[in-house]
Amino acid sequence: MPVSVANSKIVYDALKASGVRVMSALPETWLVHLIRMAEEDPEMRLIRLAKEEEGVGISAGAHMAGVKSAMLMQNHGFLAAINGIVSFAQLYKIPLLMLISHRGSFGERDPWQTEGGRVTESVLRALHIPYEKLKQPESAARRIAWAQHLAESSLHPTALLLMRELMWEDA
Amino acid sequence: MKRIECLRAIYGRLESCVVVTIMGAVAAELQSLGHRPNFFYLQHAMGLASSTGLGLALCVPKKKVVVLDGDGSLLMNLGTLSTLARYRPANLIEVVFDNESLLSVGGFPTATSTGTDLAGIARASGVSRAWQMNDVETFRKTFDDCMKANELSMIVAKVEATGPAKFVTDLGLLENRFEFSRCVRSYRGE
Repeated sequence: MPVSVANSKIVYDALKASGVRVMSALPETWLVHLIRMAEEDPEMRLIRLAKEEEGVGISAGAHMAGVKSAMLMQNHGFLAAINGIVSFAQLYKIPLLMLISHRGSFGERDPWQTEGGRVTESVLRALHIPYEKLKQPESAARRIAWAQHLAESSLHPTALLLMRELMWEDA
Repeated sequence: MKRIECLRAIYGRLESCVVVTIMGAVAAELQSLGHRPNFFYLQHAMGLASSTGLGLALCVPKKKVVVLDGDGSLLMNLGTLSTLARYRPANLIEVVFDNESLLSVGGFPTATSTGTDLAGIARASGVSRAWQMNDVETFRKTFDDCMKANELSMIVAKVEATGPAKFVTDLGLLENRFEFSRCVRSYRGE
């Protein structure tokens, strides 16, 4: 599977360095290595979800207890979590650090990913969620740290879109 | 049995717990008995009270976390039962007030009114300690057993579809959230 182990490691290490100790996740091809790294790390609490919206509640509970967390999901999972994001995280000023694999963009071969790929960014903008696209491994760690800082200082969700260039080796 | 009677029966026990409620009648009735800094009322995001309880339970393992949920909310996120069963936080008690109704939006019947058994769904999801009950004394005794047990537990309390005249209280959402957060963080420092 040509998902980049090296770049997954860069992303994982940056989350860890940002103080993240709880991660919620739903499996998706591009996230397999990240989820495995979380599972194998005794300092990380990985919660495998049935649906992404649960992760909003878990992150909110962790935040109110003073523990930093991150949510790993596909963009369709982000779309499935929106009521939780709006009527919990945004209503109650809860920081969420969301790492969203951006399926359905240029290069996508799976027809079922394409509609989500088309609308993800406009939905993020409609929700006023600051986001950046992660493409280059060189700047990924710094951008993850910055997204985490902004989430904490603004008490608001921030998002990083994990792009094909970063996650897929034969892109 | 009435929800307020159940709340009154366990109110004293909640002082030492981290408590998360759903919106509507549960939040308003618990506040009517007396707000405390360790109570968080999730006034929207139906279905996520138990997920919030899971996040809290994992991060504050020395405290009992009590979720006061409802049938309408839980039915919106039944997957949460499989997630709770997977991680089995020993310090989490999930109480579901099942009035078979979406009371705060006009009393429309939920699927528990036509036979859906939430305690049965919980057991089949892997929450082996899950019971349904109809009287306050059994509720109080079961709750006390759960407080002593070091195991994930769920209590479905069948209650009447009655509630307070109004649901909005004078406690601001953010005031509650920040006070609660400060309180829970102080427990981690203990």
